[in-house]
Amino acid sequence: MSVAGERDPSTENAVAVDGVAKRFGKVQALDGISFTVALGEIFGFIGPDGAGKTTLFRILTTLILPDAGTARVLGLDVVRDLWALRTRVGYMPGRFSLYPDLSVEENLAFFASVFGTTLKAQYDLIAPIYRQIEEFRERRAGALSGGMKQKLALCCALVHRPEILFLDEPTTGVDAVSRREFWDLLGELRAGGLTIVVSTPYMEEAGRCDRVALIASGRILDVDAPGAIGGRYPLPLLAVRGSRRFELIQALRKHPHARSVYPFGDELHYTDDREGAGADEVASDIAAWLTAEGFADARVEPMRAGIEDSFMALMGTPEGAAA
Amino acid sequence: MSADAAVEAHALTRRFGAFTAVDAISFSVAQGEVFGFLGANGAGKTTAIRMLTGLLAPTSGEARVAGRDVFTQAEEVKRRIGYMSQRFSLYEDLTVRENITLYGGIYGLADRQIAERADRLLHTLGFTHAAGDLVRSLPLGWRQKLAFSVAMIHQPEIVFLDEPTGGVDPITRRQFWEMIYAAAAGGTTVFVTTHYMDEAEYCDRVSIMVAGRIAALGTPDELKRKFEAASMDEVFVRLARSNEGGGKEAAA
Repeated sequence: MSVAGERDPSTENAVAVDGVAKRFGKVQALDGISFTVALGEIFGFIGPDGAGKTTLFRILTTLILPDAGTARVLGLDVVRDLWALRTRVGYMPGRFSLYPDLSVEENLAFFASVFGTTLKAQYDLIAPIYRQIEEFRERRAGALSGGMKQKLALCCALVHRPEILFLDEPTTGVDAVSRREFWDLLGELRAGGLTIVVSTPYMEEAGRCDRVALIASGRILDVDAPGAIGGRYPLPLLAVRGSRRFELIQALRKHPHARSVYPFGDELHYTDDREGAGADEVASDIAAWLTAEGFADARVEPMRAGIEDSFMALMGTPEGAAA
Repeated sequence: MSADAAVEAHALTRRFGAFTAVDAISFSVAQGEVFGFLGANGAGKTTAIRMLTGLLAPTSGEARVAGRDVFTQAEEVKRRIGYMSQRFSLYEDLTVRENITLYGGIYGLADRQIAERADRLLHTLGFTHAAGDLVRSLPLGWRQKLAFSVAMIHQPEIVFLDEPTGGVDPITRRQFWEMIYAAAAGGTTVFVTTHYMDEAEYCDRVSIMVAGRIAALGTPDELKRKFEAASMDEVFVRLARSNEGGGKEAAA
């Protein structure tokens, strides 16, 4: 991964990671990754389970040590300066990590007291989020719905006024509506100046980040603004719509220049292996092929790649597939 | 109730104390259909699935699965259905082949049948080389494909999949859906939940639960037309937002 042009990690960047690696037994969880996060941005790690996201977050929050490489957060080294760093970062782990037998209010009071503060002293900061769950303050945390648990966990991660927030898959398993509300909250926190590093397996959430890193099998595949990554898609990409979807997939895969064919909602995305060929030409070639295959009603149009298209193209093979 | 539906629910209801988790839902699923069962967290999906799989008795109403009453004939229903969930499906401390053998035995297959089907299943998945690996050591995407195949080992009439693709990488997620389509093409009815709204588009029909009730049911095209939405994501957001107050209280 090139980090050319990104100098002086200690002053300008909220996070600067260089060559970090971590192995657990046979599994290379992180394979020498480098990236920076600017102060005040929402930086997203997009990737499936097992990509290394949690390992990276644990290293950045000083909970485990890297085998190799260096990582600085807020200018502090995550190994040498861990005690200075711990009070300045907020961390929301992936699995629900609150005390299920304590009430909403008791959980918040506990996390505040660990950092030597009180709920009352910090109320203004968490109020926009806390108000949404405050009517349930006496309810046991274990009895909250998924969306409310996430909001409580976010309040607990914020209650000591961190300068940077690490959120490990805060929206996994959360329904589509609660996910949107959660991202709205992150947008508000960012507007208040907080730096946010967040991971998610949901590709469509990339659009809510200033920059994203695509991560798979412990390696960063690409880093950029979400719109810029799609712009680098290397091959002609077409959107195909038509009836008999799964027969249509098979027909497209038989085309001699088919690189990949994937369902995307109510469309299929077809990638052609003719690098540099005009998208319109390829589209009319494919439309003619489909007509000959008996899919005269199929509509074929060139399209701009999204994050998920790019991710799959960069990943090449599914996770764990034999190389 | 029609005799040949794979799943048929009539005014199916479940209360927990004063809280009505599932509120008189009625619907039917045809044989060989891929039926998407959607809803926000706490909308009542899991409670409904537990009733349909014979794990939880209803407060009132009735349901038939594979032509049997799920409450008076629960054991017969269990033999005719497969079930997989994101949270638990396989034993992590057993090998791939041991898991297949275990489930084959639980579903009452003969040893010879189990051996034959295990070999075929491993071959189809391309897992033959990993037969002796502990499930714990497999990537999530492999585990989920294996869990689905194991849930199908007794050739059930209906398979219930509860968030089978959560957290799985985007390529494997699509391979998983091709397995779903292969199962449906073979005549198995697929009853599936998901939080990925693009996957809602892959279903023949979709129901959306809101606060214990089925708020919408139809093909993805029908629902998009009805709610004047460009995608199922929009349909979902509209329905769930229309119920803000009640949905929040429906915490379980």
